[in-house]
Amino acid sequence: MHNYLDFEKPVVELENKIEELRRIADGSDVNITTEIRRLEKKASDMRNSIFSRLTPWQKTQIARHFDRPHTLDLINLLTQDFIELHGDRNFSDDPAIVAGLARFEGFPVVVIGHQKGKTTRERILRNFGQPHPEGYRKALRIMRLADRFNKPLITFIDTPGAYPGLGAEERGQAEAIAKNLYMMFKLRNPIISVVIGEGGSGGALALSVADRILMLEHSVYSVISPEGCAAILWKKAPNETGPEDFERASAALKLTASDLLSLGVIDEIIPEPLGGAHKSHKETAANIKKALLMHMEELMRKPSDMLLNERYEKFRKIGAVSEAGL
Amino acid sequence: MAWFKKDKPASQKHVKVPEGLWIKCNSCKEIIYRKEVERNLKVCPKCNYHFRISAKERIHLFVDEGSFIETDKNLSSNDPLNFSPEGKDQVPYKTRLEEVRESTDLTEAAISGNASIDGHPVIMIVLDFSFFGGSMGSVVGEKFVRAVEKASEERLPFISIASSGGARMQEGIISLIQMAKTSAVISKFKTIGKPYISILADPTFGGVSASFAMLGDIIIAEPKSLIGFAGKRVIEQTINQQLPDNFQTAEFLLEHGMIDIIVPRKDLKRTISNILSLTAGDK
Repeated sequence: MHNYLDFEKPVVELENKIEELRRIADGSDVNITTEIRRLEKKASDMRNSIFSRLTPWQKTQIARHFDRPHTLDLINLLTQDFIELHGDRNFSDDPAIVAGLARFEGFPVVVIGHQKGKTTRERILRNFGQPHPEGYRKALRIMRLADRFNKPLITFIDTPGAYPGLGAEERGQAEAIAKNLYMMFKLRNPIISVVIGEGGSGGALALSVADRILMLEHSVYSVISPEGCAAILWKKAPNETGPEDFERASAALKLTASDLLSLGVIDEIIPEPLGGAHKSHKETAANIKKALLMHMEELMRKPSDMLLNERYEKFRKIGAVSEAGL
Repeated sequence: MAWFKKDKPASQKHVKVPEGLWIKCNSCKEIIYRKEVERNLKVCPKCNYHFRISAKERIHLFVDEGSFIETDKNLSSNDPLNFSPEGKDQVPYKTRLEEVRESTDLTEAAISGNASIDGHPVIMIVLDFSFFGGSMGSVVGEKFVRAVEKASEERLPFISIASSGGARMQEGIISLIQMAKTSAVISKFKTIGKPYISILADPTFGGVSASFAMLGDIIIAEPKSLIGFAGKRVIEQTINQQLPDNFQTAEFLLEHGMIDIIVPRKDLKRTISNILSLTAGDK
């Protein structure tokens, strides 16, 4: 059984009905076959109409969908010869971030990403993709390899945020994130980040100081979760807020890929298959591949001084202010 | 079911130094004579709790008298998200900005400028918690970057004093990017051989601690100030366990190797001046 979201219910019911009809008909009855075709058209129209009008909160739910392709899925679909590297050489290995060397369309690259996990067991092991400081320090160690060997760095962003916990604070979560932001402006290799699911605040940013930031169509990227924002705006305890609050908060936050494109924060939106990336990992990966190749070829032609300057300017200019006074 | 509704508990407001003759210390709860606290640089004479003070007060605490010249005073936010959540009681961000400007006599959550400390010229930026919780949005980010760029150009030491809840939610992703932007300019500054001294005052959290505040060459904190990434309540809700008493205090951070020194307010000028003279000189 597939997981489906509330707003998909009508179309999922219709699809189930089609499935049932198909079993009964067995291809013999002409009338049923036409009926099936008619219903299939209807289902696809319905899906189209639902997915062309998704609200920011609905997108947030798709971005968090359990069946969505995660970093390791994409590494498997997009690269060859992947060698995962582990550990920050200081404290431990954080399974919430995966990192390693791989080959992408013939190019040796370095890949790093948050990993949420598929099964309940894996999700727990990976701490639901919420890294500890050692995760960010592992990522930084491996980013520096990309710089030393002059290989393009591809990062996949998919986290609710950096983990809020006792150990994380003791070991300097804030410092670990800050250090990554700081160091990523010094890496002399091209960097491309792809937001594939949830871009959760500082914990996402710490892997996405990049020359190009791309977002999957239904992914989200925000300074705070809609739930967190709602709790602050309506001054309620987290368990007192509900979907209506989240709808309004996510709309106010401007967290969708098209919002971020018009705010000038990201460079491109990568289309997802109809119904979301979880409907076809393969098609999603193919779309990502196309975008990655284009940007990578462009970036690899640039001398590293130029890359560094352009990366600085890209971030420097975000956050325009008025000079005129008040 | 309205008659069941409990009255909301009286909110435990943070006690600022209130008007009146007597004030209550936030930390030891002692009632103290207001003048005595003020004479003591707004530090509790009983327990050494450092009250939150305004950016202006902080500046005057440690720069040479009359040396501070404010820069970029008139920057204001463009409200990039046009942040105006639906629902009752919701005031658009723009309106709230105006209200806060009126009530605080500040234009934004940071004041930046040139100053000298015992004769050492410096560039500095100081956050003010009373303006949107000292949060960093586009204006704080821009002021910070301009100040550091100026310090680089003029080859001067740079000092920041943080007192902030983190990124400014009302500017969404644009606030988040200010974390990267401020870290970027520090990475450039660190090539010129001048020190970046980062001072953490109560409180320093979230997007501010996870960017420039933790990037100081030397990191100083005020005694007992709260410093961390995630707020204590969020952590408690997440891990469901008791946190140590001194959790996220300056003393806790010192113990875990995250800051260099804890310096009481009265010694701040002397310490900074000392650091400036010990790091002075060109390569």
